[in-house]
Amino acid sequence: MALLEVNGLSIYFYSRNGVVKAVDDVSFSVDAGETLAIVGESGSGKSVTCYSLLDLLPKPPAKIEAGTALFDGIDLLSCDDTQMRRFRSNDIAMIFQDPMTSLNPFISIGEQLIEPLIYNEDKSRRQSRSEARLRAIELLNEVGIMDAERRFDSFPHEFSGGMRQRVMIAMALINEPRLLICDEPTTALDVTIQAQILALIKTLQKKRDVAVIFISHDLGVVAGIADKVVVMCEGTVREANDTEGIFYRTEDDYTRKLLAAIPEGAKVTPSRAEATGEPMIRVDNLKTYFPDYSKTPVGYIRAVDGVSLEIQRGEILGLVGESGSGKSTLGRSILQLAPITAGSINFDGTQLNKLSADHLVPWRRKMQMIFQDPYASLNPRMTVYQTLAEPLLYHGLANAKNIDQQVQHLMDDVGLARNNMRKYPHEFSGGQRQRIAIGRAIATKPELIIADEPVSALDVTIQAQILDLILNLVEKHNLTMLFISHDLSVVRCISDRVVVMNQGVIIETGDTEALWADPQQQYTRDLLAAIPMADPKSERLRTTR
Amino acid sequence: MWRFALNRLLQAIPVLLIVISATFLLVHSAPGGPFSAEKNVPPEVIKALEAQYNLDQPLWQQYINYLGDVVQGDFGPSFKYSGRTVNELIAAGLPATAELALYAMLVALVIGISAGVTAAMRPNTVQDYLPMSAAMLGICMPSFLLGPLLVLVFGIHLEWLPVSGWGDMPGDKIMPAITLGTGYAAYIARLSRGGMLEVLSQDYIRTARAKGLSEPVIIFKHAMRGGLIPVVAFLGPAFAGLLGGSFVVETIFQIPGLGRFYVQAAFNRDYTMILGMTIFFATLIILFNLLSDMLAIWLDPKLRQQARGNN
Repeated sequence: MALLEVNGLSIYFYSRNGVVKAVDDVSFSVDAGETLAIVGESGSGKSVTCYSLLDLLPKPPAKIEAGTALFDGIDLLSCDDTQMRRFRSNDIAMIFQDPMTSLNPFISIGEQLIEPLIYNEDKSRRQSRSEARLRAIELLNEVGIMDAERRFDSFPHEFSGGMRQRVMIAMALINEPRLLICDEPTTALDVTIQAQILALIKTLQKKRDVAVIFISHDLGVVAGIADKVVVMCEGTVREANDTEGIFYRTEDDYTRKLLAAIPEGAKVTPSRAEATGEPMIRVDNLKTYFPDYSKTPVGYIRAVDGVSLEIQRGEILGLVGESGSGKSTLGRSILQLAPITAGSINFDGTQLNKLSADHLVPWRRKMQMIFQDPYASLNPRMTVYQTLAEPLLYHGLANAKNIDQQVQHLMDDVGLARNNMRKYPHEFSGGQRQRIAIGRAIATKPELIIADEPVSALDVTIQAQILDLILNLVEKHNLTMLFISHDLSVVRCISDRVVVMNQGVIIETGDTEALWADPQQQYTRDLLAAIPMADPKSERLRTTR
Repeated sequence: MWRFALNRLLQAIPVLLIVISATFLLVHSAPGGPFSAEKNVPPEVIKALEAQYNLDQPLWQQYINYLGDVVQGDFGPSFKYSGRTVNELIAAGLPATAELALYAMLVALVIGISAGVTAAMRPNTVQDYLPMSAAMLGICMPSFLLGPLLVLVFGIHLEWLPVSGWGDMPGDKIMPAITLGTGYAAYIARLSRGGMLEVLSQDYIRTARAKGLSEPVIIFKHAMRGGLIPVVAFLGPAFAGLLGGSFVVETIFQIPGLGRFYVQAAFNRDYTMILGMTIFFATLIILFNLLSDMLAIWLDPKLRQQARGNN
């Protein structure tokens, strides 16, 4: 018998708008020393499934309709609160997606770490504070926190995201659990940190022989870490097999679709950059500093620290970097949305940062932005029609007579059905919203578009559609684009040329394929090496190396 | 932290100056004076009185003189209680009022926080609706209604508690404290419910649950600290409000406190008394706001560290 056996699990959510079958007849099992990955897109029920195992779902609205989850022969779904706390304390631990919000900001790291020991539900397993402290420091060292003794009393805000996730892992392991549930543990992290955390989870698992359930939407990550994979879609299991079976011999259409949607390889269409003539955008020695009030005297955060680059008309320039590299600030600085400290930005020979707000208006029409989060960047109280008509009317590109027609054309352009015109943003899915945001950006017939992580918030199948749409629009409207992303695979399949940024400065620039084939800088090499591939064989090769 | 406090105290100086000037102008522009009365007093007598208190001087001269005195901490003589200074009167009334405010605050905190936290633990159930409806009632109920009601039930009908007085009989401080504290308890209940609900939906509470911690540890250790920050921010203004707003309760229960002096001073056009009390209360409000802000900073490790960095 396996360590955990889930059978026929069904979880429904009851709301005023009806019943949602979040999880519908799901079964799987996982054994000690084994890693089971549950993959699926948002809304597939993968997280709900795992939260129900530790009774972490809000009830109501959630209700477990049917099924059992036998852990060591005891049903997790029907045991009482005390028994559940005992399981949580000693047997099953969980690591969450966002390390920035998963630790209590009011309590020191050390105190949070020792809590499972000093408040253990099982009184015989309780430890004194001093014993627990020693154990915690030992574990902090093991998960790679330097100077653990001193950092024990630090608060979460003094740690970076990667460090916090290490603390979460230490906390999960402190009572030597037999099952570890990881809910997208690396999704919020940079790619190099992700590689470190994945390696850490793997090593710790081998050492302790724990069972791992690994929830992820990223097939690349799954290929490297999982022994078995369950593919979920809309609450049901579409396919369950060993990892190689899923990646190389899948029978299921949905799994195939997921695998096909992974951004891979080079850009297919040739570069449209005009080889000759002046560059469209020239940035010279740009510096954008923000005041840092945490220092005395007030210091500066050098978000962009002396960047020079050129964008040719018609080209798609990829800008990659990890969080905090200054890539978004650079994009905003070019658009005059962030106050620049020094340097110059020229658009077709006009120095934008010398223009007054009034004189900037016609230039604003020529440069538009697409933002990362289509949930936050659209005004929830404006219909699609209003959102798209506003820039047209403001810049005098349409009048009362032809505005309807113009908006309809825009909707055709971005692939939205015309009858959606009077709907509000909340009535659309994430992908459709990003289409609206793109429509708003191209409404003014701009020449330059700065896209700041336009597909990072989207599921992989939707991501592929939006990337296609962007490429089509660039061609159709003869656009020039600065495409900002932390996802190197996405950047590779859309950019003609790539700029790599780190800590406010440009590390390396080059034609995309040349840079991929032969990166000149160590930082770029590390970045490229950290990208997980959706190919179990090569992933395994890499991690054993 | 100390630099922050010093900064705030320096900012308080112009605020106090505006309070003093506005009040000074207001009381002096009100019709009548401290010595006008229904009875016919010979004009010579009034003249003599006004000369004695320098009221015959031009207004700007009086203003300058008054400011000079206030800077030295002297609020001048009372016009109504002859022979006694405003400082003496405040000193006489303050102990009773301060004690009453303190007890009322305790009542408000204990009832308010426990009701709010209880409600937040099971939102939208009876456990939530019951304390919150009571809180709504508490906010709507004015103290001039609640006080007499309590007196009627516990003082006259049940004869459990004395109906008035302050420190004369055992238990005579209970009803005034409850009367004054109830409104604040209700407000604190709503604030702490909101704060706790917000915190209880945070990811780190889910982490605490997943660790196997028991509900009491989750509520008291993990949630309360963040959840009660809104309450802490309200403590300053609340305490100042309790000190200044005790007039009704002091009247109902015959308590020799400050509130009585304040209202009588306004009726009597006792210029120095009105001004002195206003400045006194303004200073208290500023001080208590500062204290509660400092407490809120101290509770949040991130803010605490920033404040330390600024020193």
